[in-house]
Amino acid sequence: MKRSDTLLLAHGSGGRLTHELVRQVFLPAFDNPYLRTLSDSAVLSELPQGRPALTTDAFVVDPPIFPGGDLGYLSVCGTVNDLAVAGARPLWLTWALVLEEGLDGDLLHTVVEGAARACREAGVTLVAGDTKVVPRGKGDRAFAITSGLGVVPVGRDLGDHRVQTGDDIVVSGPFGDHGATIMACRHGLSGSFLVSDCAPLNDLVETVMTCGAEIHAMHDPTRGGVATTCHEVAARAGVRCVLEEVSLPVRSETLTTCELLGLDPLYLACEGRVLMWVAPDDTERLLKTLHSHPLGRDAARIGRTEPPKGGQASVLLRTAIGGERPVDLLSGSELPRIC
Amino acid sequence: MKPSDAFSDRATVEALVSRAREQASRLDRPVTFMEVCGTHTHAIAAAGLRRLLPQKVRLISGPGCPVCVTPVDYLDRAEALAALPDVIVCTFGDLVRVPSSCGSLEQARARGCDVRIVYSPRDALAIAREHPSKRIVFLAVGFETTLPTVAAALAEAESEGIATFQILPGGKLIEPPLRALVTDGDVQIDGFLLPGHVSVIIGSNAYTFLAEEFRVPGAVVGFTPADILLGVSELVQQVLERAPRVANLYTRVVRPEGNRHAQELIARFFEPVDTRWRGLGEIPGSGLGVRATWAHRDASTIEVAVPEPREPGGCRCGEVLKGVIEPPQCPLFDRGCTPDAPLGACMVSSEGTCAAWYRHERFGAGAAA
Amino acid sequence: MCLAIPMQLIERSEWDGTAELRGVQRQVSLMLCPEAQVGEYVLVHAGYAITTVDVEEARKTLELLDEIVREDIPE
Repeated sequence: MKRSDTLLLAHGSGGRLTHELVRQVFLPAFDNPYLRTLSDSAVLSELPQGRPALTTDAFVVDPPIFPGGDLGYLSVCGTVNDLAVAGARPLWLTWALVLEEGLDGDLLHTVVEGAARACREAGVTLVAGDTKVVPRGKGDRAFAITSGLGVVPVGRDLGDHRVQTGDDIVVSGPFGDHGATIMACRHGLSGSFLVSDCAPLNDLVETVMTCGAEIHAMHDPTRGGVATTCHEVAARAGVRCVLEEVSLPVRSETLTTCELLGLDPLYLACEGRVLMWVAPDDTERLLKTLHSHPLGRDAARIGRTEPPKGGQASVLLRTAIGGERPVDLLSGSELPRIC
Repeated sequence: MKPSDAFSDRATVEALVSRAREQASRLDRPVTFMEVCGTHTHAIAAAGLRRLLPQKVRLISGPGCPVCVTPVDYLDRAEALAALPDVIVCTFGDLVRVPSSCGSLEQARARGCDVRIVYSPRDALAIAREHPSKRIVFLAVGFETTLPTVAAALAEAESEGIATFQILPGGKLIEPPLRALVTDGDVQIDGFLLPGHVSVIIGSNAYTFLAEEFRVPGAVVGFTPADILLGVSELVQQVLERAPRVANLYTRVVRPEGNRHAQELIARFFEPVDTRWRGLGEIPGSGLGVRATWAHRDASTIEVAVPEPREPGGCRCGEVLKGVIEPPQCPLFDRGCTPDAPLGACMVSSEGTCAAWYRHERFGAGAAA
Repeated sequence: MCLAIPMQLIERSEWDGTAELRGVQRQVSLMLCPEAQVGEYVLVHAGYAITTVDVEEARKTLELLDEIVREDIPE
């Protein structure tokens, strides 16, 4: 399967073309001793001490290649990040692709290379995989399904059960860049700084976990963005998340895209940002650590948790002009609007 | 989050708020102003502006959200067209979730209809170029701001000879409902915040009838918090002076005569027709139909079976649109009608009065009716 | 009812132009605003420039706002 080839149904039949695909495309990209055996299961080495963490995710994105990433890179980052924000050190991944007959070889190679690059950046090993090919019209080019296994080191405990009233809310960088970039691609907007924030966060998380700050919970605000993540934490932790509009780090290109298409950056997906709930005394230390990391240079404190108020919104935005507005859960998907 | 901009600057807003409050303290009675435009409704809610207004000023939302006023039979027809095998329906994102008699365009798409969301009528034209064997039906809803863009796309289709591009006309004009509101007497309106971007096209002179015939104050305003507060101040001042007029406070883009190119393009393709507004009923001459010369561009001439229109029982969108009631007074609001499962149109569009209220005001102190 | 934002026209041919705001660009049609010059700001709605922005008028409005802020400074 060369870049110039077109994917055929036979590539998924298990026959000669399938073998060719594995040997020419997948093995060279991800080569490691587990994968090389090509057996039914990857039999792994013993886990380091701690609690195993397991996650799975399915990835669909239109367009499959976008500024700052591609479906493959995104699928590995997404899974690595889900493990990382649970406090786990990601170790092994599995990767399954559902491909549409007629797929451009070039696109497949780009996606595979993207996934391999993300594995290298994150220091994880892709130990098992699968490919299926569906007839043309029965899928949208390529879907990826990724599972990841990691270990939460002994003594580490992150989760919404630890979030308290008075915690500061910190974000590792400007948010909404991924969502805005995808929307911009779909609706004819461009700009050299419209680049997805897609990145593996495990190194950043490891750095902050060892900086001594008392971090209670972390989340990566993917689908539904910062607003949705704050809602989920508020509901699980029984607190109210109050955000300050003036403190929200949003790139001007992302904000402009939102203004043009009628979107709200609070609801746009990030694929390389982490939200943290931290004991307020340690916020400065955390921010200092974040600022010294390449993925955390623009980290900011964006708000704090307050006691819940009966009958009031669980996420509130204090607006830049001194007003307030409840931030509700998103209904349906964010669609561009003209009104 | 906002880039620094004097129009959204906190100190400016605070100064405007205290100015408006000082003026309003001299009013001898509470006043009700209507913001006609849904984008104003949205901007007011997003900035949390309502709670900063003077106590004597009540701001209500009018019929300026094109999604909210589009009658259910329009959506039924759009869905019927989408069900035709050779048709691609193109629409602004605002319309896809609006409930029709039997579903919505979103649900039609889930059933296999080809419904695509575009940012511009030109994007629909591009789809027509890509799919020459399909008929492209663009859902042309909107007010005077949007209609010239539709007319321009039609002009482009004509000059390029793209025969497959058609529109389903659903355009509305702003003057007839304003007249209906001030003559109807259902609600006493002491002034209008007039829609800034409609005014770019029709010009600020288009509203002189409000002051001259009805002695109702008006202010054409932009969409930043400062613009809106300037407008509120201006309306209070006109009430205090008992000197209604049309103040143009959005002079950076609104000229007295409007945009003549746009007006000419509208006139070339469209003509006023009687049309129904969801909630307001039939208003003579308030819609724009496609002129007979361009009948081949008019998708409403395509024969399709359209079901008997059904609107949800108990829905009081009509009164909400006229400002007679506020959303929480509707028996369905937050009890069966939510942004997740909207029953009425005002709950669907993010600029719809009910949706804006649900999202931004439901918990707020300013929500008292 | 109508979302529109000002963008700077950075290039144009007969009916088409590229408009930019804070690093974001989009093709816009100039059919409704044929008089727009490169360098001017235009108001963009649904992919169309619908008018030019009058910089002088914008300045006057900002001056008015400035004046209101100055008057508001408490004694």
